[in-house]
Amino acid sequence: MKRNEKVLLRGSEVIGEAALRAGCRCYFGYPITPQNELPEYMSRRMAELDDRMFLQSESELAAINMVYGASASGARVMTSSSSPGVSLMQEGISYLAACEFPAVIVNIIRGGPGLGNIAPAQSDYFQATRGGGHGDYRCIVLAPAYLQEAADLTYRAFDLADEYRIPVIVIGDGMMGQMMEPVVLPPFRKDLPTKEWAITGAGKGPSRFIRSLLLDVHVEEEHNWKLYRKYQRIERKETRSESYATEDAEMIVVAYGTAARIARGAVTRLRDKGMKVGLFRPITLWPFPTKALVQGAESAKKLLVFELSMGQMVEDVKLAMNGKAPVDLYGRPGGVVVTPVELSRILSRRYNAMQHEAQT
Amino acid sequence: MKEMKKVIGRPKYLKEVPNHYCPGCGHSTVHRLLAEVIEELKIRDRTICIPPCGCAVLAYYYIDVDMVEAAHGRGTAVATGMKRCLPDRVVFTYQGDGDLAAIGTAELIHAANRGESITTIFINNGVYGMTGGQMAPTTMVGQRTTTTPQGRNSACDGPPLKMCEFLSSLEGAAYLARSSVHSVKQIQQTKRYIRESFQVQLNDEGFSMVEILSMCPSNWKLSAVDSCRYIENEMTQHFPLGVIKQRETEPS
Repeated sequence: MKRNEKVLLRGSEVIGEAALRAGCRCYFGYPITPQNELPEYMSRRMAELDDRMFLQSESELAAINMVYGASASGARVMTSSSSPGVSLMQEGISYLAACEFPAVIVNIIRGGPGLGNIAPAQSDYFQATRGGGHGDYRCIVLAPAYLQEAADLTYRAFDLADEYRIPVIVIGDGMMGQMMEPVVLPPFRKDLPTKEWAITGAGKGPSRFIRSLLLDVHVEEEHNWKLYRKYQRIERKETRSESYATEDAEMIVVAYGTAARIARGAVTRLRDKGMKVGLFRPITLWPFPTKALVQGAESAKKLLVFELSMGQMVEDVKLAMNGKAPVDLYGRPGGVVVTPVELSRILSRRYNAMQHEAQT
Repeated sequence: MKEMKKVIGRPKYLKEVPNHYCPGCGHSTVHRLLAEVIEELKIRDRTICIPPCGCAVLAYYYIDVDMVEAAHGRGTAVATGMKRCLPDRVVFTYQGDGDLAAIGTAELIHAANRGESITTIFINNGVYGMTGGQMAPTTMVGQRTTTTPQGRNSACDGPPLKMCEFLSSLEGAAYLARSSVHSVKQIQQTKRYIRESFQVQLNDEGFSMVEILSMCPSNWKLSAVDSCRYIENEMTQHFPLGVIKQRETEPS
């Protein structure tokens, strides 16, 4: 493959290949639909490359703890799963966050709760952006909407994880995992960061330990403050979003991932009809792009959140706007994916109602 | 007067700090044995311990090797991740009966079945020590605990799990032995088993585990001496001591 050459790949392969190029040395995972193509790809590709390790674990619980062990030793490491499996991983993610072990976790979200179904959904937004497990912590959450972005963000996820020593969650859904798009793959990383903190045996020096048990409340509080300061730093530096046709927009649709792809199509249709509608797309779900949203929504009379869940991201949008403009929700839970045409009808009705209200 | 000669002292890799264990507890003896074996095998520089959730969680204060604390029951999964990335290091987990034989059984069985080149030091004292003496999977039938005030009833709770025998059918398990720290003779035997289990790992033969019957006077509500007798007279009847499995190594 030549440098900068476009290749046509499936979403799960894009994520896997980008991870390997980012220097992902180990993959641990347990089968669950709709993400099985990703571990299958990793098992095949890791056997071809030097010094890579693929292991199918006995459960997601084991997988995330293998990730924990590999990360503690300093390796770049990834796991992937889908919603019910990621629920099982929450214990381990809390420990990763507490011990500040970097890791990349891919969640190809499916309809829920419970066993749910295998259709595209965004119903794990709360779980991903609020920490998910026990304790006071956050994970960086990246939400690509296009496969090129899936490649770039997966690649970036490993750098973010190492730089901030934090678990990074890349979220997608079955649609993104299955679709094919042309992608320019990033180059193989050669010089990976050295990790002085990694536990590799004491050598001739003093022995070290990494733990999350902090029985002294003041020590635990100080640890939480340290994590909090790190999270503030990430909020300042790593927030990302994209705006589309928002400059003069009177109604702004807020959507991410697959929902944002659909919304973009719908917004384009409405713009063609002369309606002043725009799209704001968070790329980082945590940290949420509050500042960019408020700035981009200056001209907006209304915000409409479109998500494939029943009112999760809408809470962050309301927190961000803090009463500056009314925020409405159009949610489609359970794995239902509307088309851009269907969504454009909904948006058109809401837009007209908004204009009507303004006149009366 | 003849010149005095030092014949025994603190092992080099047992840190000079007072420990938090109760009087008569077996953990501190096992810690000492580990420190001695690590010194004798000259592996301190490349040994990593995965301490458990439980009384021994603070093992990093006592044994002078690198450590990464694991979530309750997940030691063998964490050790798998570490050892796969650092194949030339010596990685061992230190786990209690609740950690290993209840919440972490799945991780243990699969690590053993894969023949992970790790060692597990399994402290079997038949109770949840740190949480205050509740029934463990290895609690003896009839034994009173805070959650079996009438004594363990095998019709309700099942009989105590024999983990060495349980694992012995697995191809990946290369070395399984059970000993005790209730007598001088058995302490010496325990040390030999620990040494052999580490040797199995150094030879890359597969998974190795030493199950150690250990006293918990505080939660057994027995004196230190009676606790030793309890192991001698009761526990060893259900948990036979000795090498349970030693895989023949193929001649090279």
